[in-house]
Amino acid sequence: MAASGHPDRVAVGRLRSTAADAAPLSYPDLLARARAGAVALRERGATELVYLGVSGNAFAQALFASAWAGIPLVPLNYRLGRDQLAELLGRHAGALVVSDLEPPARGPVLTTGAWDALCARPAADADPWRDDQDATAILLYTSGTTSAPKAAVLRHRHLTSYLLGSVEFGAADETHAMLVSVPPYHIAGVSNLLSNVYAGRRIVYLESFTPEGWLESVRDEGVTHALLVPTMLARLTEHLAGPDGHLAGPHAAAVPTLRNLAYGGAKMPAPVLERATRLFPAVDFVNAYGLTETSSTIAVLGPDDHRAALSGDPVAKARLGSVGKLLPGIEAQVRAPDGAVMPEGGIGDVFVRGDQVSGEYRGTASAVDADGWLATRDRGWIDDEGYLFIEGRADDTIIRGGENLAPAEIEDVLLDHPAVAEAAVVGIPDEQWGQDIAAVIVPRAGHAADAGELQAWVRSRLRSAKTPAVIVFRDSLPHTPTGKLLRREVLADLLANP
Amino acid sequence: MTEIAAGQRLRSQACGTEVIVVRAPDQPVELTCGGSPMTAEPAAAGAAARPKPAAGGGGGGGGGAQLGKRYLDEPTGLELLCTKPGSEVPAADGRALTLKAARPLPASD
Repeated sequence: MAASGHPDRVAVGRLRSTAADAAPLSYPDLLARARAGAVALRERGATELVYLGVSGNAFAQALFASAWAGIPLVPLNYRLGRDQLAELLGRHAGALVVSDLEPPARGPVLTTGAWDALCARPAADADPWRDDQDATAILLYTSGTTSAPKAAVLRHRHLTSYLLGSVEFGAADETHAMLVSVPPYHIAGVSNLLSNVYAGRRIVYLESFTPEGWLESVRDEGVTHALLVPTMLARLTEHLAGPDGHLAGPHAAAVPTLRNLAYGGAKMPAPVLERATRLFPAVDFVNAYGLTETSSTIAVLGPDDHRAALSGDPVAKARLGSVGKLLPGIEAQVRAPDGAVMPEGGIGDVFVRGDQVSGEYRGTASAVDADGWLATRDRGWIDDEGYLFIEGRADDTIIRGGENLAPAEIEDVLLDHPAVAEAAVVGIPDEQWGQDIAAVIVPRAGHAADAGELQAWVRSRLRSAKTPAVIVFRDSLPHTPTGKLLRREVLADLLANP
Repeated sequence: MTEIAAGQRLRSQACGTEVIVVRAPDQPVELTCGGSPMTAEPAAAGAAARPKPAAGGGGGGGGGAQLGKRYLDEPTGLELLCTKPGSEVPAADGRALTLKAARPLPASD
């Protein structure tokens, strides 16, 4: 469709670069390469296509070629250690592996260059496209912040439902370009490729995020749309606004073509968002909330909500802490521990339902119940106008003396302190309370923080039951590459080095 | 009457129009395009190139079925996505399907 609808537009690639993996490919080019890639997969008898590498044309070709061949694409994290990689590759024995990392695979391996060359061949003998909505399109490993990684099964019908529910075909202008800095093994790395091709918006990949590289790409490529995870936006705002909050230079934050900045993938600290909206006043901000298991976004907080919050409306300001409203095809329920549906405003476990919700993992029973509901394992609540607030992972909840405490609320207060750059709050075992609150702080450069002062800061803004009993200082916090805080590692470190 | 299920691809026998069923109708309907039933098989050779009928063809606001647009039959909830444009708009039990208005959602990824 994209090939016939926008035959002259560039689908992926940079217009001002000579890098081979960023050469501009039109929609008809991408279609021809998907067919040729499918032929290559068929010739090798591949039952799956593993893509182990950074974002680039090779990845876009891998996604569409595997779909054309009717086999699943398995994007793997290129930052994994060799042992973990060998274990995961062992689960995909019949796969063709595309990677430049000389991976420990038993089957055939192609470099991205070799894969690209195969996709560039003429493919007159490609099989016709098969409509099989039930076929598995993607096997995507969840980030595993609380347990071992599991492969979520996303079928064509899930992804199609996501697209039809969130994007209009050809909605983008010819001049639109999306700068993507999430890796291929993140659900947003998969979903943005589909949505932008469907919308007719050129994709520009940034292989490895740095604030300087991101700004350069936005300016060089005339980028209009961008997608960031919160840690990237935090680094960008830190880069542009020094420790004292002043701009590095008068034009440091100039991004004249940028009009839409979507963020998601983890909780956005309120101070980072505030700084970002001040740095980019002309940009529309969009918060997207979703899970791997839900084929990406299920709720969106749009530009109007962000603007209303900036104008000082107290209700809108509070909603800036929400993930917005559900997409049209999605329903949500908040449930109490006994499974009863909570009344409006009640805090509990968030369940979601819709055609894009998979909830299926490879090798296990579906996590979706008989009525189609999936436990997101996030805790949250829904306000009177349908805004969904996510307080954090259910597994992260601290239960102190029978009271449920969300780490995020305490972290937000700590982050408001001028001496705090990063904060992680976890529950530690306590004889009296069952669990007590511990905070790990990364101090802001050039600032001295004091545990007693931070405790007083939290006590005066929340209350004593929410004040960390223990505060320790570290140089950095452990995150997944896509910005999710690894709380179990924070806790392990805390217990080993109190 | 052809069974209509979500995800199914159907083709016009009278013009180039091709659709995918987004939502199945809540009751059986006769789906036609340009007066002939829509079928799963590709159109007979030459059908796509057949000239547009002089009058009364279009429906759905004229101009035929447009690529990437969605078409609705409100009484039954049937919804189609046009994957190849054609001079005719599909009809359910003789009712020309209507163009579904785009929902403005911000780009989120």
